[in-house]
Order: sequence, then structure tokens, then C-alpha cells
Amino acid sequence: MSSLAEATALPELTTDDLQRYARHLILPEVGLEGQRKLKAARVLCVGTGGLGAPLALYLAAAGIGTLGLVDFDTVDLSNLQRQIIHATPDVGRLKVDSAANKLLALNPALHVVRHNTMLTSANALEIFRDYDVIADGTDNFQTRYLVNDACVLLGKPNAYGSIFRFEGQCTVFAAEDGPCYRCLYPEPPPPGLVPSCAEGGVLGILPGLVGVLQATEVIKLTLGIGAPLIGRLLLIDALSTRFRELKLRKNPDCPVCGTHPTVTELIDYNQFCGVAGAEESVREAAVKGGALPQQNGVNQIPVQELKRRREAGENPFVLDVREPWEYQIANLGGHLIPQGELAARTGELPRDQTIVVQCKSGGRSQNAAELLQARGFRVENLAGGITGWSNEIDPSVPKY
Amino acid sequence: MDIYIPTPLRAYTGQQATVSVEADTVDAALAQLTTAHPELKRHLFNDDGRLRAFVNLYLNDEDVRYLPEKQGTKTTQSDALSIIPSIAGGGGEARYSGRC
Repeated sequence: MSSLAEATALPELTTDDLQRYARHLILPEVGLEGQRKLKAARVLCVGTGGLGAPLALYLAAAGIGTLGLVDFDTVDLSNLQRQIIHATPDVGRLKVDSAANKLLALNPALHVVRHNTMLTSANALEIFRDYDVIADGTDNFQTRYLVNDACVLLGKPNAYGSIFRFEGQCTVFAAEDGPCYRCLYPEPPPPGLVPSCAEGGVLGILPGLVGVLQATEVIKLTLGIGAPLIGRLLLIDALSTRFRELKLRKNPDCPVCGTHPTVTELIDYNQFCGVAGAEESVREAAVKGGALPQQNGVNQIPVQELKRRREAGENPFVLDVREPWEYQIANLGGHLIPQGELAARTGELPRDQTIVVQCKSGGRSQNAAELLQARGFRVENLAGGITGWSNEIDPSVPKY
Repeated sequence: MDIYIPTPLRAYTGQQATVSVEADTVDAALAQLTTAHPELKRHLFNDDGRLRAFVNLYLNDEDVRYLPEKQGTKTTQSDALSIIPSIAGGGGEARYSGRC
């Protein structure tokens, strides 16, 4: 399309628009035509959490015409420390509804499309197809690879941001001739080497910083101005307030965007990341009250069984393998040995009775139980951990 | 030269964000790093002693995989080596591959 035809195809600005976007219109780099490009743009925010919240708010404010929101979750009180698109009265609401509400209050002319669903290999291409730019604000490796592959297959740029504790990364993947996520990270880390939630946590303002960087890239890509973060990875360290930039190269052997791609359709990303549906089956079995399947040879017990034993006066030995600061927030009165110290402190544990190993939601305690079982202890893992106990048995036990 | 340790791996360097080594190649720097902090080894290298595919290593702002001599590249004291891990967080719930 010629630039003249393109300009005539762009939507007109209303009188309200001219006033609302006055500070854009007087920037020569944006101007009337740029603002009309923003109005014509269709941007998809995958996730309306820590990154998606500031991202969507700024894009709505800037005059992006259509914003799609993908999220299946509901607002939880613990989200509000960073997910500023949601507020206290929204706790319990669908995130896409809560977010749409704020975005429309900010900019009533905005067209919001709610995708209240989990992004999967079955729906990603269909959802992405309607958008010009995708902004990835998801929070797990499976969805990161899914978003990347869908972007490459459809030829849509991905304004990417990710965060961990005090550290963030931002770049633009899958732009024309630019590298993709798999060029940088051909394989996901195996689940055992992914930091556990005890090592997780995030400084609440950090997703604000990174989400706004993503929004900046979306605006630049839409306007076609400046130098987008294509082929450059920006590293943000909030603790030292250091920003560093690394060169990203397109890998000619990349399985999805290389010269001879082997990934030509979306795959099973749970399998690719080594996270089978095992945890779901534990949860489902617990709900149905059935026996839980063993995990790596370790017996699993539901929280209801621990409650029954305690009430029957069986006095089960509960070993809590979380960190002391977690124990301080909430505990089930178990014997505390943090997972990292366990190997050196097994002398504190009984050999004449079964040990019920417990953590936050059952992952670390599974590792600990495997270690103890290998050393000859009789162990069971408490499926769902203290979070499960709070959900199923005693809601007065705080969740964190 | 300084080696930058990313947050997820600082648990294995006593929370140090940078580790200083005196080494004349990338390989020698990594060897010194993992000798000083042995627990890092299994996070950086697979059983064959090769760098894991999900760990990226940068010498200054260049990916070591794309340097002609790769991990054999000569280094000086003023160079900086950075370990870049894949992080997936988005400020949602802590869904670190279900290991919570």
C-alpha cells in the first residue's frame, strides 16, 4: 500500500481525540498521522498481571485503538502489591473484567477485547491473528515458548518483558529479520533447576518499570519511529539501578525462525518444558477424595488425611522444609528444617515413624521427601502443602 | 575480570552479584568461578561438562556462542563476563514450573 493510500485508510481523529492527544500531536515524531496509526493499531496483551497492568494502562492512555487482554485468572489480594490495573474492590473478579473496567474509565473510546481463557496451542494462533503487535507479560516458560512460536509462525512482533525478584529483561522478539526467544533460549531450564517459589518474589515496582518499557516498544513499533529493541536485550537491575544492553543474534539454526525450521506448528509446551500434568492430577484426585498417585516413588497424602490423623490423636510427625521467614508467616506446627539444610540435619528426624513432609504447595517437600526416602526414612509428601491446608481445611491460615 | 551473577544463581555464590577472577580465557574464568563456588557447576554445565543450552554467556555485550573462538576467547582484566539465565516471571503468581 502506498503511503497516501495508507494515510487515507487510517481512522480520522475526533474533536475529543485532538484534545486528549494534544501532547502527542505537537510531537513531530507522532503528529496527526502517528496518532491515527495508534488509533488503527490492534495490540494484544498476554497476561494482565504485573507486566500487563502498566502496559495496558499506558497503551490505553496513548490512544491505541484496540487492546486485547488474555487472562483466565481472578484478582487476588496478593496481586495488588504490583498489578496496579486492579484495585481492592476487584478481589475475586475476573482479571479481564477488572482490567477492562479501568481501561475504559481511562479511555472510553478504546475498544477492549476480553479473552477470558488460558492461552493454549489450540487457541493461540486464532487469538493472535487479529492483532498487529503482541506484548508478552506471562509468567511461566511454557507460555513464553508458546507466545514466541505463535508470533514467529504468524510474523507478528513480540514486545517481551520478564522479571525475577529485582531483575528484568526486555526486548522485541520475532520482528522481521530479528531474533526470536528460541534464538536466545533454545531450551527451557529443566523444572528441577528453575528457582522455587521460596527464591521467587518480586519487587512490586519492577514490573511497572519493565511493563512500561514494553509499552514504549509497542508504541515505537506502531509508529515506526526510533530504534526498537530488536536484536538487543535490555537487562534491568533494580537493586543497583543498572541498565545493560546485550547483542542478540538471529540463530540461522533456530528450530522455529531459522533457515530450515523444524517447528512449523504449535507443539505441546508442557511436555517441551518438562512439566506434565502431574500436579493437576494430584489436585483432581484430592478433590475427588481418592488415593493420590505416587510421585517418583514417594507416597502423597491429601491435606484431609493429615487433618484426620491429627484429630484421631495419631500425632503425625510433620517436617516443614520452607524457609524461616515463610514459617513466620504461617505454619502447621511442623518441625522446621529448610530444604537447603536438610541433608546435614537428618539426625533431628525420627526413624521409627512416618514423616509427613510439607512446604508451601508440595514441590520442595517432594524433593525433600525423595532425599529422605533415599536415606531410608519413611516419608509421605503433603500434596498441596500449607496453601492446600488453607484452601481445604483452615482458611484462617494465611496464604502468601 | 568481573563475572556478573544473575539473581537466580546468587544463592550459590553467597548472594554475591559479581565474582572477580583473574583469567586469560572465558573457559579459565568459568573454571575459577566454579572452583570458588562448586554448587554453581551443575547449574551451568551438563554432565558432559558442556554449557547448558538455557544458560547464555556474554563477554561484554557479545554472545560467547558467536565469538570465533567461543569459550576459548582470550580475555583481559577489563572485560566483563555475564551469565544470562532465562527468567519467565511476569509478576503474576509464582508459577515456577510447578515446583512451588
